[in-house]
Amino acid sequence: MKHLLKSTAVAAAVTLWAGGAHAIDLTIVSWGGAYTASQQKAYHDPYMAANPGVKIINDDSAAEGLAKLRAQVEAGKVTWDIVDMVAADAIVACDEGLLEQVDPDTWLAAAPDGTPASKDFFAGTLTIGGTNCFIPQIVYSTTFGYRTDAFKGRQPSTIADVFDLKTFPGKRALEKKPIANLEWALIADGVPGKDVYKVLSTPEGVDRAFARLDTIKDQVIWWTKGAQPPQLLADGEVVIGSAYNGRLFSAIVEKKQPIAMLWDWQAFDLDGWVVPKGVKDLKAVKKYLRYATDTQRLADQAKYISYGPARYSSAPKVGKHAELGIDMKPHMPTSPENAKTILIFDYVWWADHRAELDERFNAWLAK
Amino acid sequence: MSTAPDDVMRTADGVPLKISLRRAQVRGRIRALLLVLPLLGFLSVAFLLPIGDMLFRGVDNRIVASVLPGTAAAIQDWNPDGAELPDDAVFHALVLDIRAAFEERTLGRVGRRLNYEKPGMSSLFRKTGRRATRITGPPWRDRVIAVDKRWSDIDTWRLIHRESGAVTGSYFLAAVDLRLDDRGEVVRQPEPRRIYLTLFVRTLWMSGAITVLCLLLAYPVSYLMATLPLRVSNLLMICVLLPFWTSLLVRTTSWIALLQTEGVLNDLLVFAGLISEDGRLQMIHNKFGTFVAMVHILLPFMILPLYSVMKTIPPSLMRAARSLGATPFTAFVRVYMPNTVSGVGAGCIMVFILSIGYYITPALVGGRTGTFISNFIAIHVSETLNWGLAAALGALLLGLVLALYLLYDRIVGIDNMKLG
Repeated sequence: MKHLLKSTAVAAAVTLWAGGAHAIDLTIVSWGGAYTASQQKAYHDPYMAANPGVKIINDDSAAEGLAKLRAQVEAGKVTWDIVDMVAADAIVACDEGLLEQVDPDTWLAAAPDGTPASKDFFAGTLTIGGTNCFIPQIVYSTTFGYRTDAFKGRQPSTIADVFDLKTFPGKRALEKKPIANLEWALIADGVPGKDVYKVLSTPEGVDRAFARLDTIKDQVIWWTKGAQPPQLLADGEVVIGSAYNGRLFSAIVEKKQPIAMLWDWQAFDLDGWVVPKGVKDLKAVKKYLRYATDTQRLADQAKYISYGPARYSSAPKVGKHAELGIDMKPHMPTSPENAKTILIFDYVWWADHRAELDERFNAWLAK
Repeated sequence: MSTAPDDVMRTADGVPLKISLRRAQVRGRIRALLLVLPLLGFLSVAFLLPIGDMLFRGVDNRIVASVLPGTAAAIQDWNPDGAELPDDAVFHALVLDIRAAFEERTLGRVGRRLNYEKPGMSSLFRKTGRRATRITGPPWRDRVIAVDKRWSDIDTWRLIHRESGAVTGSYFLAAVDLRLDDRGEVVRQPEPRRIYLTLFVRTLWMSGAITVLCLLLAYPVSYLMATLPLRVSNLLMICVLLPFWTSLLVRTTSWIALLQTEGVLNDLLVFAGLISEDGRLQMIHNKFGTFVAMVHILLPFMILPLYSVMKTIPPSLMRAARSLGATPFTAFVRVYMPNTVSGVGAGCIMVFILSIGYYITPALVGGRTGTFISNFIAIHVSETLNWGLAAALGALLLGLVLALYLLYDRIVGIDNMKLG
């Protein structure tokens, strides 16, 4: 009996101590699935191991991040600590005053060779779209995959081939948004990549882009969720489709589907962290972010998913896939072999024209 | 009870009966009110207030006046119909406002708000905000215009003048493909940008068609369920309820697997030799796909009210009609069907109203021709963060539903509706 009492007391004390040790809970909002898993392994687990007082809670609602964030900030009840967002959404949220401003060199760790963070993150990414709320983690790209069994002889290799129904007949999958599609249509129509936004700024340029899209309109299946295009390709529903490169990597390398990558004019985009305005414990958030965005951590994430780290100093540290053991460098959108031609979104231009082009695009679709 | 000399009926304690009765009724009413008070409180906090707040966003326009207070006040004296730019004082107020807003980080909001009306405003405010501290005057006007020549465009100022009030009709105009031009006249959107009216019309006619299809399919099934022996009808009931309990997303994606061009149904048709390998049918990612998936998902909402009404119709009615000489068809049409009207009404209203608000299923299977207005409300709430336009579209949809509901009440009578 005495023994039992003693052990109960010890158990209670241990529980108390453990409960007290989790003094800080960080709620981190991300995309769920393989993506959150890669963050868990590369950032959260080692951070919690090094800081026993911190408990990280995953919330998978990044897809509704923008609307929920606005609701929280407007109601003055911010329950999220850190949110994972694509650059376009982070710009909107920052413009709406929903986010904390980031001072890169005081918030973020320098590179191992001492290069300050503001110089070590890819140029212009910390101030994307003229904002200063966004800490990029990864570079991903929207690029094309095609079925290797669909065409005899020459395989599609350029963006013009995507728009060429004569040589490469069959259905296409494209995202149901004007962004990227308009740019690709113009490039396929012969506009040099660097002049795309100059041409799009004229009414004739927009007409030209839509006219080019018109040529394949009947053969396109429009997707809205990232999981759709790899599935459409795997089912043979489409022969060429735009998709996030990480999803295509998983379909090709992990699921061994007869699909190949078409990297020509891949559209670079960024995904990263933002901090809601009025967050409970900004100090704890900054401490975590300093750790999770350092050179090694960003390189580690690439072991679990094929997205490129957003720091110059991380690139050489990218190693092999944690489970498959293959070298991840050739699968990175940022690898020189894949990044011969890249499309960089002009977010300032899109902030001006998104509303009108969204309407025009949807009216065009409905016809 | 006693009758007093004044001939008034009184209770035992001498209070007139009328008053006593009224008191008892008031007490009863208060008790009833107290009983429903928790529900009323819950409804207003969880339902009416949020909806009211959301609808108010459809006209709320306090952003410009609150972020640029000095400019909004100074520009009131300016004549927007003239050909003159506002005077130097307005430009001065603008610089001070923009500096303060840039510091407060509210400038992006006003840029985004005005960009809904005039593309380019977002970058104009962003650019001016970055340089505002370096603008010195007087003269303010020329220095501001030196930063960006769009400040010399009189239409920019007409826009700020127009949108500096506390309420705006521009979201509602945009929701019906109209807009205010630079002179403040209501005009139609340019042809390539007209989209919402088409979607409203499509949402209504497709929802109507889905309701009719559901009714045609549900009527015989409910009839069988109501008339067959219990053992068989229970089996039928399970067949109706099982998909009803299955996740919406699972049912929608199953239809994709069945109907896609490389899907099960097309494979069967090719195998049977009915179509050629190249002639595979496109049955999903279009209107057809939306019809099939939506009818399947909403069918139980038609079957259940129909069944519960048919169950209450005594079989003797039909026998009586037959014995009086009616053919089976006449008996069914003249006697049975009128008795099911309340169930038909309930089912139709339920399916129709659920259908016009659906957005996940049309988004996944609707392709480019089978999406609904609710898809765009969802886009404006969660992607573009244009809650004003989302609220205006939602308010119009709500108004449409209420109008149809009233019409239904006028024609069929809402009291005739029966859910069971």
